[in-house]
Amino acid sequence: MSDQAPRPAGGALPPLDPNEKLDVAALLEGIESYRPRRKGWHWREQVPEQKLHKFVYKETSKGLKNSIPLPAAHYFGDIDPQPDCVVTTEIASGRFEDDLRRMRMAAWHGADHMMVIRTAGQSHMDGLLEGTPEGVGGIAVTRKQVRATRKALDLIEDEVGRPINFHSYVSGVAGPEMAVMFAEEGVNGAHQDPQYNVLYRNINMYRSFVDAAVAKHVMSSVGMAQIDGAHNANATAVEAWNVMPELLVQHAINSAYSVSVGMPKEDICLSTVPPDAAPAPCMRMDLPYAVALRDLFGEYKMRAQENTRYMEADGRDATVSHVMNLMISRLTSADIQSTITPDEGRNVPWHYNNVAAVNTAKQSLVGMDGLREMVKLDRDAPELKAKVREIKERAVLFLEAMLREGGYFASVEEAYFVDSGIYPETHDDGIARKSDGGVAAGTIVERAADYLAPVCHHFGENHLPDGLGDGEGPGKPCDLIGGCTLCDAEKVPFIDELDPEDNVTARLAQTADLRAQGLIRPEVEWAADGWVVVTMFLPAAPRVAEFAALEFGKAMNLQDCEVINRQVMHPAEGTLIELKGRLDVVVDPATLTIPPEPVVISDAEIRAFVTGKKLKCVAATVGEDEHSVGMREIIDIKHGGLEKWGFACEYLGTSVPVEKVLDAAIEHAAQIVLISTIITHGDMHRNNMEKLADLAVEKGVRDKLLLISGGTQVTDELARSWGMDAGFGRRAKGIGVASFVVKTMRERGM
Amino acid sequence: MAREDTYLQIRGHLDALSDEQLEARFWELAQQVVDPLVELARTHTSPSIERSVLMRMGVDSLTCMAVVGECEKRGLLEHGCGSVVLCCAREWSIPAPEAARRLAAGEGWDVVAQKWGGAA
Repeated sequence: MSDQAPRPAGGALPPLDPNEKLDVAALLEGIESYRPRRKGWHWREQVPEQKLHKFVYKETSKGLKNSIPLPAAHYFGDIDPQPDCVVTTEIASGRFEDDLRRMRMAAWHGADHMMVIRTAGQSHMDGLLEGTPEGVGGIAVTRKQVRATRKALDLIEDEVGRPINFHSYVSGVAGPEMAVMFAEEGVNGAHQDPQYNVLYRNINMYRSFVDAAVAKHVMSSVGMAQIDGAHNANATAVEAWNVMPELLVQHAINSAYSVSVGMPKEDICLSTVPPDAAPAPCMRMDLPYAVALRDLFGEYKMRAQENTRYMEADGRDATVSHVMNLMISRLTSADIQSTITPDEGRNVPWHYNNVAAVNTAKQSLVGMDGLREMVKLDRDAPELKAKVREIKERAVLFLEAMLREGGYFASVEEAYFVDSGIYPETHDDGIARKSDGGVAAGTIVERAADYLAPVCHHFGENHLPDGLGDGEGPGKPCDLIGGCTLCDAEKVPFIDELDPEDNVTARLAQTADLRAQGLIRPEVEWAADGWVVVTMFLPAAPRVAEFAALEFGKAMNLQDCEVINRQVMHPAEGTLIELKGRLDVVVDPATLTIPPEPVVISDAEIRAFVTGKKLKCVAATVGEDEHSVGMREIIDIKHGGLEKWGFACEYLGTSVPVEKVLDAAIEHAAQIVLISTIITHGDMHRNNMEKLADLAVEKGVRDKLLLISGGTQVTDELARSWGMDAGFGRRAKGIGVASFVVKTMRERGM
Repeated sequence: MAREDTYLQIRGHLDALSDEQLEARFWELAQQVVDPLVELARTHTSPSIERSVLMRMGVDSLTCMAVVGECEKRGLLEHGCGSVVLCCAREWSIPAPEAARRLAAGEGWDVVAQKWGGAA
């Protein structure tokens, strides 16, 4: 779809400033007149053979204007390569105003698909909700929330420099209405799969399929991407790996149905999850399935989801599973790479875990860039070949049996789906639904001979006057009413809040003081929620450790303490505990004394300076002092010391008189003198520093030298007061000394 | 009823198919499964579908609920709620959203009854 639509009205805001927080209150001003500036899905712009730093990438896309690269990027010129596929993050805090801030953080780390989970129960509501009520495990998806989110994402996508896809759910009883609202509001993608309604929400099967046709047709009118719901089968079945043939069938039903009601194949994405996890030999089990799926559905898009079925509370375990899932994506294909937060096994995802999951995907996908050119699946390997064929054959047998049974509805009544046996095996534990049962049973009506819907993009029988049918000629169905909302955005109505208490304005008021005063309180989900996590190892058996941890939590003044992860190190020797609790403390940044950040210069810049000036240093431990470890740390290349950047270092040893140090500096024409003074009895460190400085003045070389001292009791302030140019204390590193040298020599024109 | 894995016993007829033929059969069967579903959708409507029609006519969600709810009670869904609103809009020479609001407020059902029968 077009990216060139005019800028939205509706309280147009100035661009975001990376140093300023998103102002949600300002965002809501003029929301009633905001219009989306773009509709339809956005795929990343591929850049073949992309050169970044010293590397060539095979599977990356256009980079970002503003982003936060992976932690190790500073070794690689601070590059932040963006993988070829769209990266999803799922956000579900219940308060959309807090989700917007999280979306901004996720976008900076590389997410360009924001999937908004709906509040519990919304799929059973026969109609739309309005306003901004608080949700449980997701938000109430309403026009106002959708509109405010799209408006925020417009600002965020400009800030990062890449279009962001906004996504939610067109499932449930009110699918057609949700689809129309999404199409009007510029939502870019949605889950739509009537099988999901039937199997997991027990919504009447006739109603689900009749509604789905209209919903899908409307979604197609704006180029919305559709994601199906097949992956829920392996999140539900007892032995998820046995559901593989059925998954192919579910994907096929939704895909064929979507195409039949007018959705282009390129907008149809299959939601696919590697069904297994270690300790099963999961990759060998999941690869044949991934291959069979891509063989059969080559014309469709793959939305690779990560496994949640076997997720426990351990974030490390979840992350490793997800990396293996990502490897399957790289060995086969993925158009959208979804991510699951590593904490989903313990709670509703927290801010930083969305970022963690996005980074797991980015790191893995970039790390495995171009791997397929060297590591290919051996399609002739006996096990892979046989398994791929077997899964497809079992799926065909499944479809044959469905047709013999009397079709889709009859098969659902007979519990064909989500059975944990591998078809044709059954364990008789599938989900059975009655065709005349479920939510909204008996609500579909046959269209009469005069049925009329005077609007565009309607699916099914529609007795329009000649020449007004979709695509029939210059006329449109909505000519009958002077234009519909899909043709004229000005006709879209807006309802604001219906509940005077349960709304965003009331919620923002609760934390308004904190914002106005710039106070800080920890949070993981909602503004100022106060949640923190404490990790502790306790030398105790697991159950004892758990209850002891609660006591430690209380002692730390944490409220509502709860153990969110427990890992046995040994039945008797100890247990790792992660404890969450609420901290009812605020910090006012105005009261903090924050020293200026030390200037650290890049490796390349230091090296260029050092080699250009041929810098030399003379180093020694002075006085009657035999300590040498600290000095070694500062100068040795193996400790990341000065030699790393090309400094020539002459180490004179320990217990060296200061006269000798200075003579050596002059003899070697060094620019830098490093002295180490550990012993401080009788102010020995002070005396040595002052003596060195005085001698340098006497010999007329003070201006040509940088005098630097170090030691456990040395501070920069003390050293300077005793005639040095700088002092370095505990925890000093070579980079600090090197940066100081470069900076000071530049300042002094040395 | 639980069933043992009979895969090897019942797959015989697929054995001779090439991979391409097997995949073609998969899609042919899938299409056979969905064809009657598409036909059902083509010829039927639902309250949500009718509300989605009124939404596209510029009617707000609360009014959509009221008008479609009343049409359902009066057995008018089969004609299309958009048609009901359009009929009144023409009668009153006002835009469709305004006609829907008046219907939601209880006006105009006599106009509707004249055309399709039922209580005024």
